Amino acid sequence: MPDLTLNVNGARHTVWVDPHESLLDVLRERLGLAGTKRGCDQATCGACTVLLDRQPILSCITPALRCRNRDVRTIEGVALNGKLHPVQESLVESGGIQCGFCTPGMVMTILAFLSENPNPSAEQIRRALSGNLCRCTGYAKIVSAVQRAAEVLRS
Amino acid sequence: MSRVIGHPTPYIDARRKVTGEALYTDDYRFSNALHVHFLRSPHAHALIKSIDASAAEANPRVRAIAVGKELPTAFGILPISPDETAMAIEKVRFVGEIVAAVAADTKQAAMAAAHAIRVEYELLPAVLDPEEALQSCEPGRQIHDHSRDRTNIHKTAELSFNDPEAGLQESTFVRSAEFKFAGVTHAFTEPHATWATYSPDGELTVISATQVPHYLQRTLSTVLGLPRHRVRVVKPTLGGGFGGKGDPFPHELITAHLAMKTGQPVRCSFSREEVFLTNHGRHPTTLTMSVGCDKSGKLTALHGDIVIDGGAFASFGVVTTYYNGVLLQGPYRIDRFGFRTRRVYTNKPQSGAMRGHGAVNSRYAVETLLDMLARDAGMDPCDFRMQNFLPAHTQTVGQLRITSNGVRECLEAVRKRSGWDQRFGKLPFGRGIGVACGFYISGSALPIIWNRQPQSVVHAKLDADGSIVIFSGASDIGQGSDTMLAQIAAEVLGVPLSRIRVVTADTSLAPVDLGSYSSRVTFMAGNAAKSAVEKVRHEIALAVSQERKVDADALCFDHERVLTADGQVDVSWDEAVEIATAFRGSFVESGFYISPKLGGDFKGSGAGLSPSYSFGAAVSEVAVNHHTGEVRVIKVWSAHDCGKALNPLAVEGQMEGSIHMGLGQVLSEELRYDNGRLLNANLADYRIPTALDTPEMDVTIVESADPEGPFGAKEVGEGPIHPVLPSIGNAIFDAVGVRMYELPITPEKVRRALRQGSV
Repeated sequence: MPDLTLNVNGARHTVWVDPHESLLDVLRERLGLAGTKRGCDQATCGACTVLLDRQPILSCITPALRCRNRDVRTIEGVALNGKLHPVQESLVESGGIQCGFCTPGMVMTILAFLSENPNPSAEQIRRALSGNLCRCTGYAKIVSAVQRAAEVLRS
Repeated sequence: MSRVIGHPTPYIDARRKVTGEALYTDDYRFSNALHVHFLRSPHAHALIKSIDASAAEANPRVRAIAVGKELPTAFGILPISPDETAMAIEKVRFVGEIVAAVAADTKQAAMAAAHAIRVEYELLPAVLDPEEALQSCEPGRQIHDHSRDRTNIHKTAELSFNDPEAGLQESTFVRSAEFKFAGVTHAFTEPHATWATYSPDGELTVISATQVPHYLQRTLSTVLGLPRHRVRVVKPTLGGGFGGKGDPFPHELITAHLAMKTGQPVRCSFSREEVFLTNHGRHPTTLTMSVGCDKSGKLTALHGDIVIDGGAFASFGVVTTYYNGVLLQGPYRIDRFGFRTRRVYTNKPQSGAMRGHGAVNSRYAVETLLDMLARDAGMDPCDFRMQNFLPAHTQTVGQLRITSNGVRECLEAVRKRSGWDQRFGKLPFGRGIGVACGFYISGSALPIIWNRQPQSVVHAKLDADGSIVIFSGASDIGQGSDTMLAQIAAEVLGVPLSRIRVVTADTSLAPVDLGSYSSRVTFMAGNAAKSAVEKVRHEIALAVSQERKVDADALCFDHERVLTADGQVDVSWDEAVEIATAFRGSFVESGFYISPKLGGDFKGSGAGLSPSYSFGAAVSEVAVNHHTGEVRVIKVWSAHDCGKALNPLAVEGQMEGSIHMGLGQVLSEELRYDNGRLLNANLADYRIPTALDTPEMDVTIVESADPEGPFGAKEVGEGPIHPVLPSIGNAIFDAVGVRMYELPITPEKVRRALRQGSV
């Protein structure tokens, strides 16, 4: 088993991995970072979305070995010093969270999206979220939460 | 003076969910844990001749193997139809049924060992077509021995009041049609998962993604042969259910069995394909419905003949069989009413309960026929519905007791907000709007397992530190019931939510609640919680009144103070708690809810009985491309009478979620089989709507203040889905003039209907 060094949420971790292991496996099973969810394991639901060098990726189909020495950011690294990120705050306040299983992946997608599109339209938000399936909310409150968060981040 | 009830309140666990701290079942970790993998049947219907597990046993990483004969006790969520065993014993009945299980040190070893088990099958002809399942057959083709008359009919439910057939003949206008509905599934985002541990002193703990911890505890006890008090079931944060985690499941029983066999913690976590094979979703349905009215448009009679495809086992099927018919008794008054539903066994994964249980498909049929009758009678579809509504405080023909009823306000709201009067029938070809109404139960008045226990018990603990802890068996599955319980406690005691802690869905800590199904939790657990905290308040008031020499009834609880209106007494919450707990310590009060006696005394009278009913209406606007047949839903206006919105944020969320799920069923979702094999057991091919597919939504909450609901509340979890589907079907007619009788409404079906120019 090759060893692998990952930078996860600013901390370096070295683990032994099987070549077939996905980043999701390593995060959840080896590093104990269970905030990232395994929804389908087939690259369709988006629940496992994390940021790799600031880009959103599906960790369930990303081989862990491809992430050697790269920056991984997971949901555990979003709220700093116990303070929620405006995106998180906005999702909580607007009711964009029900069962919450899609939420960590959704947050990571939104973070990456807003950093490139600080002033998005509702249509652009829907397009950005279309790879993150949510079965509870009907998306309406998530979309409005993204709009609110965008406002806060711009101000 | 309401501070919490009726105000939009973020979920009390939302912060934990948005940071990834909330623990779902598969997020738990135990040292020395084993992984379970299941060997599943590749055949739809076959006898098991032999199972050879020797190659698997030889694997040094394998700790235990289980096969069907080790767990022979049959179970089922309904005690009247326990037809399932944890693993197949003598034969398999669908592709994907569990035949054997392996617990091993790693997931990979468990998978490899499971695949090394050799099973010899003798193939039986598979029964896949529900029509065929109705006919008598050779004994070998019978899926279960207990079906009567050599058929594969599981249950026939039939009710008739005032000769509806004759009523239809006497009606001025009658519309009949045959409808077909594909099977759909819940598609919750969290796959099924279970952990089981067995302590050396003989206590089994099962942590599971379940909507019904109480029924799971019962079933584990029965099947594994443990006394119920040695079985603890815990439901952690749960990633969506919609009915799909509402049965005790084989994987839960087997995981627990393997923990008992090995003495080690055992982890079961499903792949998405396994989730699909454990379907329990909405029954594929074929139904013929007839509805009549007189020349003034007054509804006269309704009759339905319904066949539902139950798949291999019973699940909630007996209830579904009745619900298909009985829940058509509202929101309209129809005094000549009847139906027959037959549920058949087929060699497919079983159908069960799914949001709107039993009533969604037949609602589509009725609301489509009503639209046609309105045209026959020359009336606007909204006016036509309006003049047929049941009033409040009445009984339906089948003796369902209607208490509060806000359906009129619902229809008025969606009519006005959608601009119906200016737009219906007046939009250009290809664009249309449609309307429909809905009706649903707020909890089943009868418990699944008949006994004299309350349906819900809640304990409220007042501690010397000034906190309140609510203990309830209710399962928050994402609908926000933990928040609802906290809100009720905060409201009654006049304290902020931060004073309240909620401990739910752990059978060793919380008293019995039957679980999250039938949209029962807000009504039943809410009432129980209210009663428990009112007793706490009473105890505090009594203690303060004695110490301060005032009448207990004169004391108000507000803004963390206990005070009289004239200010003569005004003590802080902490002071009041100190007075109340002096010389006795912290204390617990218990509240409970039992439904009043309801219903008639005829066979089948128990079906559909609920302490109250919710009502709703929807208008949808669609654009239909008449070249491609593609239907795009542009906007849905939904209004729902939930009695009282305890948390408007949660109520809106449930309504919007219902629109999303209804939209999926009406346009894109379908479980597709080839010779009993599920073809689209993944989220790429089973197409739930994405953020881009989901239309703009306009939701209106109607509050009818139910006399028996907690603060007037009734359900909102399931009711709002009912009008969504038919409002879209009716909008398609307004857009392009074709009626759609088969769901999902795919572009091919629309194109075909346009070519044929249907009615």
